[in-house]
Amino acid sequence: MSTAATQTLSCAALIVGAGPAGLSAAKAAASGGAAVLVLDDNAAAGGQIWRAGAHAHLPAEALALQRAVQACANVRVIQSAKVVGILDAHTVLVETPDAALRVQWQTLILCTGARERLLPFPGWTLPGVTGAGGLQALIKGGMPVQGQRVVIAGTGPLLFAVAATARKAGAKVLMVAETASLARVSTFARKLLLWPSKLVQAAQLREASYRTSATVLSVQGQGKVQQVTVQQGNRTTTLDCDRVAVGYGLVPNTGLAQALGCALHTQDGVPAVTVNAQQQTTLPHVYAAGECTGTGGCERAQTQGSIAGYAAIGKTAKARAFEKDRAYWSAFAAHANACFALDAGLKNLPHADTLVCRCEDVAHGALQAHSGWTQAKIHTRCGMGACQGKVCGTAAQFLYGWEMPEARVPLTPARVGTLAGASGNVGDLAD
Amino acid sequence: MTQAPSSVRVHIHGRAITVTAGTTVAGALAIAGVSATRTSVSGEPRAAVCGMGICQECRVRIDGRVRLGCQTVCAEGMNVESMA
Repeated sequence: MSTAATQTLSCAALIVGAGPAGLSAAKAAASGGAAVLVLDDNAAAGGQIWRAGAHAHLPAEALALQRAVQACANVRVIQSAKVVGILDAHTVLVETPDAALRVQWQTLILCTGARERLLPFPGWTLPGVTGAGGLQALIKGGMPVQGQRVVIAGTGPLLFAVAATARKAGAKVLMVAETASLARVSTFARKLLLWPSKLVQAAQLREASYRTSATVLSVQGQGKVQQVTVQQGNRTTTLDCDRVAVGYGLVPNTGLAQALGCALHTQDGVPAVTVNAQQQTTLPHVYAAGECTGTGGCERAQTQGSIAGYAAIGKTAKARAFEKDRAYWSAFAAHANACFALDAGLKNLPHADTLVCRCEDVAHGALQAHSGWTQAKIHTRCGMGACQGKVCGTAAQFLYGWEMPEARVPLTPARVGTLAGASGNVGDLAD
Repeated sequence: MTQAPSSVRVHIHGRAITVTAGTTVAGALAIAGVSATRTSVSGEPRAAVCGMGICQECRVRIDGRVRLGCQTVCAEGMNVESMA
């Protein structure tokens, strides 16, 4: 097997991620005139919240920002590009569906977003069980749900948006089960007066099937979802359904930052990339913006991205102009995160035979006895599969209080040819 | 300027189906009625979960290469084989 030579690209500013933070950073950084390169993991820009696709409808602000970035002659965006490794202090290794790239940068802005927190419960590995945001993403990608009976569950305001997307695509939403209590959801809603645009969004997402203190206990079915059991207060209900979508909030994607050597801190119980007022990480040439710095929503991500983009090219005054907006949306994020903090009772969802690691099929009962991630990994292979612990490591952190696994290179599954081209050792590895 | 096609034809396990342009492979598999994308190490059927390239459950063979169904947009003539 032969491997094509790895192409090298150079840029003044490299932005990883083309969601609200990355696009805002690109627009700001481009104003300096130097070459800006944006690498994005998905087939189209927009990140998760502005996901494009066969059945996606994007808000005007998203389209306007995308057009503004496209209009910059000095910005190049490469889609379906995954950063798989770090070659030196200013070079990363990137894989696209057809090629491997070495990308050299002077300044790096990390806008790697967040992933959904998926917690194990009996039946969660059955086809038809997805994340909540996961269901929304799959529907936008054209997965049909017409006429299907769907239960959406977990926690946070995202559940309303998922229900709206599912219903628009023709699904019958049987229930939206919010695990937080009515008291906490009411606290969240009352304070929305401070963020009127959020209040307007909330008013548009009224949901008759919304239930609070409601948690999916288990899913039953033969080879696919057939029934779901939901606890509502003291009552347990079993419903026939076709899909169950459960998401317990978001967790920052910190892998690349950690592999580079940026410091992380704990925010809302999970690791986030540490940044200063300029969105600069603990490495002087590396900035971070958006959800990877702690989950905070689309508006905060945009203000952080703008600050990072301007700060990265030395336009400090321009960057400072966004600080007030950032504070406004950071306060919203803190309010939402406090109201939808996870209930410790969710730790009781998995049974001894419930799989926690979906890649290596390691059950809760096999993990409970271990003292930490490393010990569990050595003895059970937990976290050693294709997702590299991104799902089970996040679950184990919540269930057992273990530290999340450290980022490993390759940061995501990569082709042998990509890794071989990077080391120049093609002959030995690509046979 | 040529207009982008409004639909594309892909082959799922050798069977041709037509999907709306922009549909992901994960979407096409569901349209084709393929409920499982892979078989787990203990023999369980699995399908797409996170929808955003994290969980790796929707990995399938696309034109001979293992790729994620949720992050791959259908292209004309693509051949998709599940790993179930």
